[in-house]
Amino acid sequence: MNRKENILETIQMIAEEKLDIRTVTMGISLLDCADSDGEKAREKIYNKITSYAKDLVPVAQEIEDQLGIPIINKRISVTPIALIAGASSDTDYVAFAKTLDAAAKKVGVDFIGGFSALVEKGYTKGDRILIDSIPRALSETSVVCSSVNIGSTKAGINMDAVAQMGKVVKETAELTADTGGLGAAKLVVFANAVDDNPFMAGAFHGVGEADVVVHVGVSGPGVVKRALEKVKGESFDVVAETIKVAAFKITRMGQLVGTMASERLGVPFGIVDLSLAPTPALGDSVAYILQEMGVERVGTHGTTAALAVLNDAVKKGGLMACGHVGGLSGSFIPVSEDIGMIEAVELGAITIDKLEAMTAICSVGLDMVAVPGKTTAATLSAIIADEAAIGIMNHKTTAVRIIPVPGMDVGDTVEFGGLLGRAPLLGVSEFSSEDLISRGGHIPAPLHSFKN
Amino acid sequence: MRAIITVTGKDHTGIVASVSKKLADVQVNILDISQTLMEEYFTMILLCDFTSSPHSIPEVREQMKEIEAEEKLVVRIQSEEIFNAMHTL
Repeated sequence: MNRKENILETIQMIAEEKLDIRTVTMGISLLDCADSDGEKAREKIYNKITSYAKDLVPVAQEIEDQLGIPIINKRISVTPIALIAGASSDTDYVAFAKTLDAAAKKVGVDFIGGFSALVEKGYTKGDRILIDSIPRALSETSVVCSSVNIGSTKAGINMDAVAQMGKVVKETAELTADTGGLGAAKLVVFANAVDDNPFMAGAFHGVGEADVVVHVGVSGPGVVKRALEKVKGESFDVVAETIKVAAFKITRMGQLVGTMASERLGVPFGIVDLSLAPTPALGDSVAYILQEMGVERVGTHGTTAALAVLNDAVKKGGLMACGHVGGLSGSFIPVSEDIGMIEAVELGAITIDKLEAMTAICSVGLDMVAVPGKTTAATLSAIIADEAAIGIMNHKTTAVRIIPVPGMDVGDTVEFGGLLGRAPLLGVSEFSSEDLISRGGHIPAPLHSFKN
Repeated sequence: MRAIITVTGKDHTGIVASVSKKLADVQVNILDISQTLMEEYFTMILLCDFTSSPHSIPEVREQMKEIEAEEKLVVRIQSEEIFNAMHTL
Protein backbone atom coordinates (compact mmCIF):
# COMPACT_ATOMS: atom_id res chain seq x y z
CA MET A 1 0.00 0.00 0.00
CA ASN A 2 1.45 3.36 -0.87
CA ARG A 3 1.64 6.39 1.33
CA LYS A 4 -1.31 8.13 -0.31
CA GLU A 5 -3.63 5.24 0.40
CA ASN A 6 -2.43 5.07 3.99
CA ILE A 7 -3.21 8.73 4.48
CA LEU A 8 -6.66 8.40 2.99
CA GLU A 9 -7.33 5.29 5.07
CA THR A 10 -6.50 7.13 8.29
CA ILE A 11 -8.68 10.05 7.32
CA GLN A 12 -11.55 7.77 6.45
CA MET A 13 -11.19 5.97 9.79
CA ILE A 14 -11.46 9.25 11.65
CA ALA A 15 -14.06 11.00 9.50
CA GLU A 16 -16.41 8.19 8.58
CA GLU A 17 -15.69 5.26 10.86
CA LYS A 18 -15.63 7.44 13.98
CA LEU A 19 -12.20 6.40 15.13
CA ASP A 20 -11.32 8.36 18.23
CA ILE A 21 -9.35 8.39 21.41
CA ARG A 22 -12.06 7.69 23.92
CA THR A 23 -10.29 9.03 26.93
CA VAL A 24 -7.11 10.49 28.29
CA THR A 25 -7.22 9.81 32.00
CA MET A 26 -4.84 11.21 34.58
CA GLY A 27 -4.48 8.98 37.60
CA ILE A 28 -3.55 10.87 40.75
CA SER A 29 -2.58 9.29 44.05
CA LEU A 30 -4.19 10.95 47.05
CA LEU A 31 -2.44 8.78 49.63
CA ASP A 32 -0.47 11.79 50.89
CA CYS A 33 -3.67 13.75 51.41
CA ALA A 34 -4.97 11.68 54.32
CA ASP A 35 -5.47 13.72 57.45
CA SER A 36 -7.17 13.22 60.78
CA ASP A 37 -9.03 16.46 60.08
CA GLY A 38 -11.48 15.89 57.22
CA GLU A 39 -11.49 19.56 56.32
CA LYS A 40 -7.71 19.60 55.90
CA ALA A 41 -7.76 16.34 53.91
CA ARG A 42 -10.28 17.83 51.49
CA GLU A 43 -8.21 20.96 51.10
CA LYS A 44 -5.13 18.85 50.27
CA ILE A 45 -7.16 16.76 47.81
CA TYR A 46 -8.51 19.83 46.05
CA ASN A 47 -5.07 21.42 45.82
CA LYS A 48 -3.35 18.27 44.59
CA ILE A 49 -5.90 17.53 41.89
CA THR A 50 -6.16 21.10 40.65
CA SER A 51 -2.39 21.56 40.51
CA TYR A 52 -1.52 18.20 38.91
CA ALA A 53 -4.34 18.20 36.38
CA LYS A 54 -4.45 21.89 35.52
CA ASP A 55 -2.91 21.32 32.07
CA LEU A 56 -4.68 18.05 31.28
CA VAL A 57 -7.56 19.49 29.27
CA PRO A 58 -5.53 22.10 27.32
CA VAL A 59 -2.82 19.56 26.50
CA ALA A 60 -5.39 17.02 25.31
CA GLN A 61 -6.99 19.70 23.14
CA GLU A 62 -3.62 20.66 21.73
CA ILE A 63 -2.95 17.04 20.72
CA GLU A 64 -6.44 16.80 19.27
CA ASP A 65 -5.74 19.88 17.14
CA GLN A 66 -2.34 18.77 16.02
CA LEU A 67 -3.25 15.21 15.07
CA GLY A 68 -6.78 15.89 13.94
CA ILE A 69 -8.07 13.01 16.02
CA PRO A 70 -10.94 13.62 18.43
CA ILE A 71 -10.24 12.96 22.11
CA ILE A 72 -13.72 12.49 23.47
CA ASN A 73 -13.16 12.52 27.22
CA LYS A 74 -10.61 13.95 29.58
CA ARG A 75 -10.83 12.38 32.98
CA ILE A 76 -9.21 11.98 36.35
CA SER A 77 -9.02 8.90 38.52
CA VAL A 78 -7.94 9.09 42.16
CA THR A 79 -7.02 6.74 44.98
CA PRO A 80 -10.15 5.08 46.39
CA ILE A 81 -11.51 7.74 48.72
CA ALA A 82 -12.34 5.18 51.42
CA LEU A 83 -8.59 4.77 51.96
CA ILE A 84 -8.02 8.50 52.34
CA ALA A 85 -11.13 9.60 54.16
CA GLY A 86 -10.82 6.68 56.57
CA ALA A 87 -8.05 8.58 58.36
CA SER A 88 -10.45 11.37 59.28
CA SER A 89 -13.01 11.36 62.03
CA ASP A 90 -15.83 12.21 59.58
CA THR A 91 -18.92 10.06 59.74
CA ASP A 92 -20.11 10.87 56.23
CA TYR A 93 -18.04 11.32 53.06
CA VAL A 94 -20.44 13.33 50.91
CA ALA A 95 -18.21 16.35 51.47
CA PHE A 96 -15.30 14.42 49.92
CA ALA A 97 -17.41 13.71 46.83
CA LYS A 98 -18.23 17.40 46.59
CA THR A 99 -14.54 18.27 46.81
CA LEU A 100 -13.79 15.87 43.94
CA ASP A 101 -16.66 17.39 41.97
CA ALA A 102 -15.37 20.91 42.53
CA ALA A 103 -11.78 19.99 41.63
CA ALA A 104 -12.89 18.20 38.47
CA LYS A 105 -14.95 21.17 37.37
CA LYS A 106 -12.12 23.56 38.12
CA VAL A 107 -9.78 21.73 35.71
CA GLY A 108 -12.58 21.07 33.21
CA VAL A 109 -12.56 17.27 33.00
CA ASP A 110 -15.67 15.29 32.07
CA PHE A 111 -15.58 12.82 34.94
CA ILE A 112 -13.62 12.03 38.06
CA GLY A 113 -13.56 8.48 39.34
CA GLY A 114 -12.43 7.12 42.65
CA PHE A 115 -15.24 7.63 45.12
CA SER A 116 -14.51 4.00 45.73
CA ALA A 117 -14.01 1.27 48.27
CA LEU A 118 -12.29 -2.10 48.00
CA VAL A 119 -14.08 -4.56 50.24
CA GLU A 120 -13.48 -7.93 48.61
CA LYS A 121 -12.12 -9.35 51.82
CA GLY A 122 -13.67 -7.13 54.44
CA TYR A 123 -14.74 -3.64 55.44
CA THR A 124 -12.66 -1.01 57.12
CA LYS A 125 -14.32 1.87 58.91
CA GLY A 126 -13.67 4.07 55.87
CA ASP A 127 -15.20 1.54 53.48
CA ARG A 128 -18.34 1.33 55.55
CA ILE A 129 -18.86 5.08 55.71
CA LEU A 130 -18.03 5.53 52.02
CA ILE A 131 -20.52 2.94 50.85
CA ASP A 132 -23.20 4.46 53.08
CA SER A 133 -22.43 7.85 51.52
CA ILE A 134 -22.68 6.73 47.86
CA PRO A 135 -26.38 7.44 47.19
CA ARG A 136 -26.16 11.01 48.46
CA ALA A 137 -22.70 11.59 47.00
CA LEU A 138 -23.87 10.62 43.51
CA SER A 139 -27.11 12.54 43.71
CA GLU A 140 -25.50 15.73 45.00
CA THR A 141 -22.56 15.86 42.58
CA SER A 142 -22.51 15.80 38.81
CA VAL A 143 -19.18 14.42 37.55
CA VAL A 144 -18.15 12.09 40.38
CA CYS A 145 -18.15 8.36 39.66
CA SER A 146 -18.12 5.64 42.25
CA SER A 147 -17.12 2.00 42.33
CA VAL A 148 -16.96 -0.76 44.90
CA ASN A 149 -14.95 -3.95 44.51
CA ILE A 150 -16.82 -6.76 46.25
CA GLY A 151 -14.92 -9.82 45.11
CA SER A 152 -11.68 -11.13 43.70
CA THR A 153 -10.21 -14.44 42.61
CA LYS A 154 -7.81 -14.26 45.57
CA ALA A 155 -10.36 -13.27 48.19
CA GLY A 156 -13.69 -14.69 47.11
CA ILE A 157 -16.90 -12.69 47.27
CA ASN A 158 -17.92 -10.51 50.18
CA MET A 159 -21.62 -11.36 50.31
CA ASP A 160 -22.36 -8.77 53.01
CA ALA A 161 -21.11 -6.14 50.57
CA VAL A 162 -23.11 -7.73 47.75
CA ALA A 163 -26.26 -7.50 49.86
CA GLN A 164 -25.50 -3.90 50.74
CA MET A 165 -24.71 -2.85 47.15
CA GLY A 166 -28.13 -4.00 45.94
CA LYS A 167 -29.64 -1.52 48.39
CA VAL A 168 -27.14 1.20 47.52
CA VAL A 169 -27.85 0.88 43.78
CA LYS A 170 -31.58 1.08 44.41
CA GLU A 171 -31.32 4.03 46.75
CA THR A 172 -29.00 5.88 44.36
CA ALA A 173 -31.47 5.39 41.51
CA GLU A 174 -34.33 6.58 43.70
CA LEU A 175 -32.49 9.71 44.82
CA THR A 176 -31.93 10.59 41.17
CA ALA A 177 -35.43 9.59 40.02
CA ASP A 178 -35.89 12.92 38.22
CA THR A 179 -33.11 11.99 35.78
CA GLY A 180 -34.18 8.37 35.25
CA GLY A 181 -31.93 7.04 37.99
CA LEU A 182 -28.82 8.58 36.44
CA GLY A 183 -26.94 8.27 39.72
CA ALA A 184 -26.86 4.50 39.32
CA ALA A 185 -25.22 4.96 35.91
CA LYS A 186 -22.24 6.46 37.73
CA LEU A 187 -21.85 3.51 40.09
CA VAL A 188 -20.07 0.26 39.26
CA VAL A 189 -19.87 -2.87 41.40
CA PHE A 190 -16.74 -4.82 40.50
CA ALA A 191 -15.14 -8.18 41.00
CA ASN A 192 -11.41 -8.29 40.21
CA ALA A 193 -11.30 -4.52 39.66
CA VAL A 194 -8.10 -3.32 37.97
CA ASP A 195 -5.94 -0.47 39.25
CA ASP A 196 -5.28 1.23 35.93
CA ASN A 197 -8.64 1.39 34.21
CA PRO A 198 -9.18 4.68 32.36
CA PHE A 199 -12.84 3.99 31.64
CA MET A 200 -15.64 5.40 33.76
CA ALA A 201 -17.58 4.86 35.86
CA GLY A 202 -15.17 2.29 37.24
CA ALA A 203 -11.89 4.19 37.07
CA PHE A 204 -9.81 4.60 40.20
CA HIS A 205 -6.10 5.00 40.83
CA GLY A 206 -4.81 1.84 42.48
CA VAL A 207 -2.44 1.97 45.41
CA GLY A 208 0.28 0.19 43.41
CA GLU A 209 0.36 2.95 40.81
CA ALA A 210 2.83 5.84 40.62
CA ASP A 211 2.00 9.24 42.10
CA VAL A 212 0.65 10.52 38.78
CA VAL A 213 0.25 8.70 35.47
CA VAL A 214 -1.58 9.20 32.21
CA HIS A 215 -3.63 6.36 30.73
CA VAL A 216 -5.25 6.27 27.34
CA GLY A 217 -8.37 4.43 26.27
CA VAL A 218 -8.73 3.93 22.54
CA SER A 219 -11.80 3.00 20.63
CA GLY A 220 -12.87 2.20 17.13
CA PRO A 221 -15.70 -0.27 16.67
CA GLY A 222 -16.50 1.42 13.34
CA VAL A 223 -13.04 0.68 11.99
CA VAL A 224 -13.30 -3.00 12.90
CA LYS A 225 -16.82 -3.24 11.45
CA ARG A 226 -15.70 -1.66 8.17
CA ALA A 227 -12.68 -3.96 7.96
CA LEU A 228 -14.94 -6.98 8.41
CA GLU A 229 -17.32 -5.77 5.70
CA LYS A 230 -14.48 -6.30 3.26
CA VAL A 231 -14.14 -10.00 4.15
CA LYS A 232 -17.80 -10.98 3.97
CA GLY A 233 -18.34 -14.73 3.84
CA GLU A 234 -14.70 -15.57 4.52
CA SER A 235 -13.63 -18.05 7.21
CA PHE A 236 -12.98 -17.18 10.85
CA ASP A 237 -9.25 -17.42 10.25
CA VAL A 238 -9.60 -14.41 7.98
CA VAL A 239 -12.00 -12.67 10.39
CA ALA A 240 -9.56 -12.99 13.32
CA GLU A 241 -6.65 -11.80 11.20
CA THR A 242 -8.63 -8.81 9.91
CA ILE A 243 -9.62 -7.73 13.42
CA LYS A 244 -6.01 -8.05 14.57
CA VAL A 245 -4.78 -5.73 11.82
CA ALA A 246 -7.48 -3.15 12.55
CA ALA A 247 -6.84 -3.33 16.31
CA PHE A 248 -3.13 -2.83 15.71
CA LYS A 249 -3.68 0.40 13.81
CA ILE A 250 -6.17 1.72 16.34
CA THR A 251 -3.81 0.97 19.20
CA ARG A 252 -0.81 2.59 17.52
CA MET A 253 -2.74 5.80 17.56
CA GLY A 254 -3.49 5.37 21.26
CA GLN A 255 0.18 4.81 21.94
CA LEU A 256 1.09 7.98 20.04
CA VAL A 257 -1.47 10.09 21.90
CA GLY A 258 -0.38 8.64 25.24
CA THR A 259 3.29 9.33 24.54
CA MET A 260 2.54 12.91 23.49
CA ALA A 261 0.32 13.53 26.51
CA SER A 262 2.89 12.06 28.85
CA GLU A 263 5.71 14.20 27.44
CA ARG A 264 3.74 17.41 27.42
CA LEU A 265 2.35 16.94 30.91
CA GLY A 266 5.67 15.73 32.28
CA VAL A 267 3.92 12.70 33.74
CA PRO A 268 4.77 9.00 33.20
CA PHE A 269 2.72 7.14 30.63
CA GLY A 270 0.71 4.37 32.23
CA ILE A 271 -1.15 2.04 29.90
CA VAL A 272 -3.21 1.91 26.76
CA ASP A 273 -6.52 0.22 27.40
CA LEU A 274 -7.33 -1.74 24.27
CA SER A 275 -11.05 -1.86 24.80
CA LEU A 276 -13.40 -1.28 21.92
CA ALA A 277 -15.93 1.08 23.41
CA PRO A 278 -19.12 1.90 21.57
CA THR A 279 -21.13 5.11 21.59
CA PRO A 280 -24.82 5.54 20.79
CA ALA A 281 -23.84 7.06 17.41
CA LEU A 282 -24.51 5.06 14.26
CA GLY A 283 -21.31 3.40 13.02
CA ASP A 284 -19.78 3.16 16.46
CA SER A 285 -21.29 -0.09 17.68
CA VAL A 286 -19.69 -3.28 19.00
CA ALA A 287 -23.00 -5.08 18.43
CA TYR A 288 -22.76 -4.31 14.71
CA ILE A 289 -19.35 -5.99 14.58
CA LEU A 290 -20.89 -9.17 16.01
CA GLN A 291 -23.73 -8.91 13.52
CA GLU A 292 -21.22 -8.44 10.73
CA MET A 293 -19.73 -11.78 11.76
CA GLY A 294 -23.02 -13.42 10.98
CA VAL A 295 -25.55 -13.27 13.79
CA GLU A 296 -28.78 -11.68 12.57
CA ARG A 297 -29.14 -9.74 15.80
CA VAL A 298 -26.82 -9.56 18.75
CA GLY A 299 -28.20 -11.86 21.44
CA THR A 300 -29.07 -14.79 19.24
CA HIS A 301 -27.20 -18.12 19.39
CA GLY A 302 -23.61 -17.71 18.33
CA THR A 303 -23.23 -14.23 19.79
CA THR A 304 -20.97 -15.40 22.61
CA ALA A 305 -18.68 -17.20 20.16
CA ALA A 306 -18.50 -14.13 17.94
CA LEU A 307 -17.67 -11.97 20.96
CA ALA A 308 -14.91 -14.40 21.93
CA VAL A 309 -13.30 -14.05 18.49
CA LEU A 310 -13.54 -10.27 18.66
CA ASN A 311 -12.17 -9.93 22.17
CA ASP A 312 -9.23 -12.20 21.60
CA ALA A 313 -8.27 -10.73 18.24
CA VAL A 314 -8.46 -7.17 19.59
CA LYS A 315 -6.00 -8.07 22.33
CA LYS A 316 -3.66 -9.93 20.01
CA GLY A 317 -3.63 -7.06 17.54
CA GLY A 318 -3.20 -4.39 20.13
CA LEU A 319 -0.53 -5.98 22.29
CA MET A 320 2.33 -5.44 19.89
CA ALA A 321 1.20 -1.94 19.02
CA CYS A 322 1.95 -0.41 22.38
CA GLY A 323 4.39 -0.40 25.24
CA HIS A 324 2.12 -1.20 28.14
CA VAL A 325 -1.31 -2.67 27.84
CA GLY A 326 -3.59 -2.65 30.83
CA GLY A 327 -6.96 -1.64 32.14
CA LEU A 328 -9.81 -3.81 30.97
CA SER A 329 -8.78 -4.39 27.35
CA GLY A 330 -11.43 -6.23 25.39
CA SER A 331 -14.84 -5.11 24.22
CA PHE A 332 -17.48 -3.22 26.07
CA ILE A 333 -21.06 -4.28 25.57
CA PRO A 334 -23.04 -1.63 27.43
CA VAL A 335 -26.69 -1.72 26.51
CA SER A 336 -27.60 1.97 26.50
CA GLU A 337 -24.40 3.16 24.83
CA ASP A 338 -24.50 0.96 21.74
CA ILE A 339 -27.08 1.46 19.01
CA GLY A 340 -26.92 -2.21 18.00
CA MET A 341 -27.56 -3.31 21.58
CA ILE A 342 -30.45 -0.87 21.93
CA GLU A 343 -32.05 -2.23 18.75
CA ALA A 344 -31.55 -5.82 19.92
CA VAL A 345 -33.30 -5.11 23.22
CA GLU A 346 -36.17 -3.37 21.43
CA LEU A 347 -36.61 -6.38 19.15
CA GLY A 348 -36.46 -8.80 22.06
CA ALA A 349 -33.34 -10.39 20.57
CA ILE A 350 -31.33 -10.08 23.74
CA THR A 351 -32.23 -10.91 27.32
CA ILE A 352 -30.42 -10.32 30.57
CA ASP A 353 -29.47 -14.02 30.63
CA LYS A 354 -27.70 -13.84 27.29
CA LEU A 355 -25.99 -10.63 28.39
CA GLU A 356 -24.75 -12.44 31.47
CA ALA A 357 -23.32 -15.23 29.32
CA MET A 358 -21.61 -12.65 27.10
CA THR A 359 -19.99 -11.07 30.14
CA ALA A 360 -17.93 -14.24 30.62
CA ILE A 361 -16.13 -13.08 27.48
CA CYS A 362 -16.34 -9.28 27.29
CA SER A 363 -14.07 -6.87 29.08
CA VAL A 364 -16.47 -5.74 31.77
CA GLY A 365 -19.85 -7.13 32.54
CA LEU A 366 -23.47 -6.13 32.76
CA ASP A 367 -23.02 -2.55 31.77
CA MET A 368 -25.60 0.21 31.54
CA VAL A 369 -28.49 -2.17 31.85
CA ALA A 370 -31.80 -0.55 32.77
CA VAL A 371 -34.30 -2.70 34.67
CA PRO A 372 -37.75 -2.00 36.14
CA GLY A 373 -37.81 0.34 39.13
CA LYS A 374 -39.72 -2.22 41.16
CA THR A 375 -36.75 -4.66 41.01
CA THR A 376 -35.94 -5.52 44.62
CA ALA A 377 -32.59 -4.82 46.25
CA ALA A 378 -32.15 -8.57 46.77
CA THR A 379 -32.58 -9.24 43.05
CA LEU A 380 -30.05 -6.51 42.23
CA SER A 381 -27.67 -8.08 44.75
CA ALA A 382 -28.22 -11.51 43.24
CA ILE A 383 -27.37 -10.14 39.78
CA ILE A 384 -24.21 -8.63 41.27
CA ALA A 385 -23.37 -11.96 42.93
CA ASP A 386 -23.78 -13.87 39.65
CA GLU A 387 -21.50 -11.48 37.83
CA ALA A 388 -18.91 -11.56 40.61
CA ALA A 389 -18.97 -15.36 40.50
CA ILE A 390 -18.27 -15.33 36.75
CA GLY A 391 -15.38 -12.95 37.40
CA ILE A 392 -13.69 -14.79 40.23
CA MET A 393 -14.09 -18.23 38.71
CA ASN A 394 -12.73 -17.09 35.35
CA HIS A 395 -9.90 -14.82 36.45
CA LYS A 396 -11.37 -11.76 34.83
CA THR A 397 -12.85 -8.44 35.73
CA THR A 398 -16.61 -8.36 35.85
CA ALA A 399 -18.84 -5.52 36.85
CA VAL A 400 -22.42 -4.54 37.20
CA ARG A 401 -23.70 -1.11 36.29
CA ILE A 402 -27.42 -1.53 36.51
CA ILE A 403 -30.10 1.12 36.75
CA PRO A 404 -33.44 0.22 38.35
CA VAL A 405 -35.28 3.13 36.73
CA PRO A 406 -37.81 4.57 39.19
CA GLY A 407 -41.38 4.43 37.91
CA MET A 408 -40.52 2.58 34.70
CA ASP A 409 -41.19 -0.98 33.59
CA VAL A 410 -40.38 -3.33 30.72
CA GLY A 411 -41.52 -1.65 27.50
CA ASP A 412 -40.33 1.79 28.62
CA THR A 413 -37.10 3.43 27.51
CA VAL A 414 -34.97 5.63 29.70
CA GLU A 415 -33.05 8.50 28.11
CA PHE A 416 -29.76 9.56 29.66
CA GLY A 417 -28.47 11.56 26.74
CA GLY A 418 -24.93 12.12 25.51
CA LEU A 419 -22.50 9.23 25.68
CA LEU A 420 -24.69 7.41 28.19
CA GLY A 421 -27.40 7.02 25.55
CA ARG A 422 -30.80 5.46 26.04
CA ALA A 423 -31.86 2.08 27.31
CA PRO A 424 -35.04 0.10 26.74
CA LEU A 425 -35.75 -1.67 30.03
CA LEU A 426 -34.85 -5.35 30.30
CA GLY A 427 -36.96 -7.72 32.35
CA VAL A 428 -35.48 -9.60 35.30
CA SER A 429 -36.66 -12.86 36.86
CA GLU A 430 -39.80 -12.55 38.96
CA PHE A 431 -38.59 -15.17 41.38
CA SER A 432 -36.98 -14.18 44.64
CA SER A 433 -33.31 -14.41 45.58
CA GLU A 434 -34.03 -12.99 49.04
CA ASP A 435 -32.90 -16.04 51.04
CA LEU A 436 -29.66 -16.36 49.10
CA ILE A 437 -28.71 -12.74 49.66
CA SER A 438 -29.80 -12.57 53.30
CA ARG A 439 -27.24 -15.25 54.21
CA GLY A 440 -24.40 -12.74 54.00
CA GLY A 441 -20.86 -13.80 54.92
CA HIS A 442 -18.19 -14.67 52.42
CA ILE A 443 -18.07 -16.96 49.41
CA PRO A 444 -14.61 -18.55 49.70
CA ALA A 445 -11.98 -17.95 47.07
CA PRO A 446 -11.96 -20.60 44.35
CA LEU A 447 -9.17 -23.13 44.38
CA HIS A 448 -7.21 -21.60 41.53
CA SER A 449 -6.23 -18.76 43.83
CA PHE A 450 -3.34 -21.03 44.89
CA LYS A 451 -1.84 -20.85 41.42
CA ASN A 452 1.01 -18.61 42.46
CA MET B 1 7.14 20.08 12.14
CA ARG B 2 5.61 18.42 9.13
CA ALA B 3 1.94 18.05 8.52
CA ILE B 4 -0.31 16.42 5.98
CA ILE B 5 -3.00 18.57 4.44
CA THR B 6 -5.78 16.83 2.58
CA VAL B 7 -8.25 18.67 0.41
CA THR B 8 -11.41 17.05 -0.89
CA GLY B 9 -14.40 18.41 -2.72
CA LYS B 10 -16.21 18.57 -6.04
CA ASP B 11 -13.72 19.23 -8.82
CA HIS B 12 -13.53 22.72 -10.32
CA THR B 13 -10.94 25.17 -11.59
CA GLY B 14 -8.72 26.97 -9.11
CA ILE B 15 -8.60 24.62 -6.13
CA VAL B 16 -4.83 24.07 -6.20
CA ALA B 17 -4.26 27.77 -6.75
CA SER B 18 -6.42 28.95 -3.85
CA VAL B 19 -5.02 26.40 -1.38
CA SER B 20 -1.38 26.95 -2.31
CA LYS B 21 -1.81 30.73 -2.32
CA LYS B 22 -3.19 30.61 1.21
CA LEU B 23 -0.36 28.33 2.36
CA ALA B 24 2.16 30.77 0.92
CA ASP B 25 0.42 33.59 2.79
CA VAL B 26 0.85 31.79 6.10
CA GLN B 27 4.43 30.81 5.21
CA VAL B 28 3.83 27.10 5.14
CA ASN B 29 6.21 25.37 2.75
CA ILE B 30 4.79 22.67 0.47
CA LEU B 31 7.18 19.71 0.17
CA ASP B 32 5.06 17.39 -1.94
CA ILE B 33 1.73 17.47 -3.69
CA SER B 34 -0.24 14.61 -5.09
CA GLN B 35 -3.64 15.02 -6.59
CA THR B 36 -6.19 12.75 -8.13
CA LEU B 37 -9.84 12.57 -9.09
CA MET B 38 -11.80 9.86 -7.29
CA GLU B 39 -15.01 9.67 -9.31
CA GLU B 40 -15.90 13.34 -9.63
CA TYR B 41 -14.24 14.19 -6.32
CA PHE B 42 -11.06 16.11 -6.26
CA THR B 43 -8.60 14.71 -3.71
CA MET B 44 -5.31 16.40 -2.98
CA ILE B 45 -2.68 15.47 -0.41
CA LEU B 46 0.02 17.96 0.51
CA LEU B 47 3.02 17.27 2.68
CA CYS B 48 3.94 20.56 4.29
CA ASP B 49 6.65 21.94 6.51
CA PHE B 50 5.49 24.22 9.30
CA THR B 51 8.94 25.04 10.70
CA SER B 52 9.28 28.29 8.75
CA SER B 53 5.74 29.38 9.59
CA PRO B 54 4.89 31.51 12.60
CA HIS B 55 1.48 29.81 12.65
CA SER B 56 0.39 26.62 14.37
CA ILE B 57 -1.83 23.93 12.85
CA PRO B 58 -5.02 25.25 14.50
CA GLU B 59 -4.24 28.78 13.29
CA VAL B 60 -3.70 27.63 9.71
CA ARG B 61 -6.85 25.51 9.97
CA GLU B 62 -8.72 28.65 10.96
CA GLN B 63 -7.25 30.51 7.96
CA MET B 64 -8.36 27.74 5.64
CA LYS B 65 -12.00 28.07 6.69
CA GLU B 66 -12.48 30.95 4.29
CA ILE B 67 -11.27 28.84 1.35
CA GLU B 68 -13.35 25.88 2.46
CA ALA B 69 -16.44 28.04 2.29
CA GLU B 70 -15.56 29.84 -0.96
CA GLU B 71 -14.47 26.78 -2.89
CA LYS B 72 -16.78 24.26 -1.19
CA LEU B 73 -13.93 22.05 0.02
CA VAL B 74 -13.02 20.09 3.09
CA VAL B 75 -9.48 20.83 4.24
CA ARG B 76 -7.89 18.69 6.94
CA ILE B 77 -4.55 19.44 8.54
CA GLN B 78 -2.94 16.78 10.69
CA SER B 79 0.53 16.30 12.04
CA GLU B 80 2.47 13.73 10.02
CA GLU B 81 3.07 11.77 13.24
CA ILE B 82 -0.37 10.20 13.26
CA PHE B 83 0.14 8.65 9.82
CA ASN B 84 3.60 7.43 10.71
CA ALA B 85 2.34 5.89 13.94
CA MET B 86 -0.45 4.02 12.26
CA HIS B 87 1.25 2.80 9.13
CA THR B 88 4.95 2.37 9.80
CA LEU B 89 6.69 0.10 12.24
